[in-house]
Amino acid sequence: MGLLNVLDVSGSALAAQSVRLNTISSNLANAESVSATPQTAYRAKQPVFSALVRDAMSGLASVRVDGVAESAAPPRQEYAPEHPLADGDGYIYYGNVNTVEEMANMISASRAYQNNVEVMNTSKQLLLQTLNLGR
Amino acid sequence: MAIGLDNVLDPHARAMLVHNRRAGVLAANLANADTPGFKARDIDFRAVLGAVEHGSTLRATRANHFAAGIAGDGAIQYRVPRQPSLDGNTVETQSEQVAFTENAIRYQTSLRFMDGAVKSILLALRGE
Repeated sequence: MGLLNVLDVSGSALAAQSVRLNTISSNLANAESVSATPQTAYRAKQPVFSALVRDAMSGLASVRVDGVAESAAPPRQEYAPEHPLADGDGYIYYGNVNTVEEMANMISASRAYQNNVEVMNTSKQLLLQTLNLGR
Repeated sequence: MAIGLDNVLDPHARAMLVHNRRAGVLAANLANADTPGFKARDIDFRAVLGAVEHGSTLRATRANHFAAGIAGDGAIQYRVPRQPSLDGNTVETQSEQVAFTENAIRYQTSLRFMDGAVKSILLALRGE
């Protein structure tokens, strides 16, 4: 039944977008986290989405989160010799989070989430109306 | 006199079947709006309705042939994007939303016609 599969497909998208929102919130929360070495500095995380084809003949494809990739951008270095975590040269290291990018990403994720909720609502209404056929 | 129950109900039932399938394809497009490299697809309603009415033109003649679904008749096709994105994704959320809404309304229309037919038959049976 197509409309029941719609619930599955949209549900997988909701799960994927909420993983994305989770990584965004952890990136934003750690935007000001400080570390003593560039190796231990926080790295921005991004989920990697791929399409999981459920049935090639019917065109159904749900979303799968393949994993969470870490940004390879260099951490932000700041000269702060009075900081307790400063290294021998007086530097501390912030995570490589770009807050502006993360905010834009968050808006995109929440819009995508809303879209899929809307699809689920419409399908649910259609299914319920079908159940009431002839009543 | 025969009521011709099938004649009244069948066309709408078939149309609903196709709308049902199309809803799945469009939902998959919307679900993968952020998946890199995903290509949006859609169903050619007329072709699928024809295949549902007349049966598929493809037959499985060997054991390892795929069962020909709606894709077997070339009815499921890739969308031509108006503005392809850099990551290879061709889903345009706004047009997919329009198509999904339109499909839902058409489904409801068929449903309403069927509902009316069922109700009039019930009315005739009761003879109230």
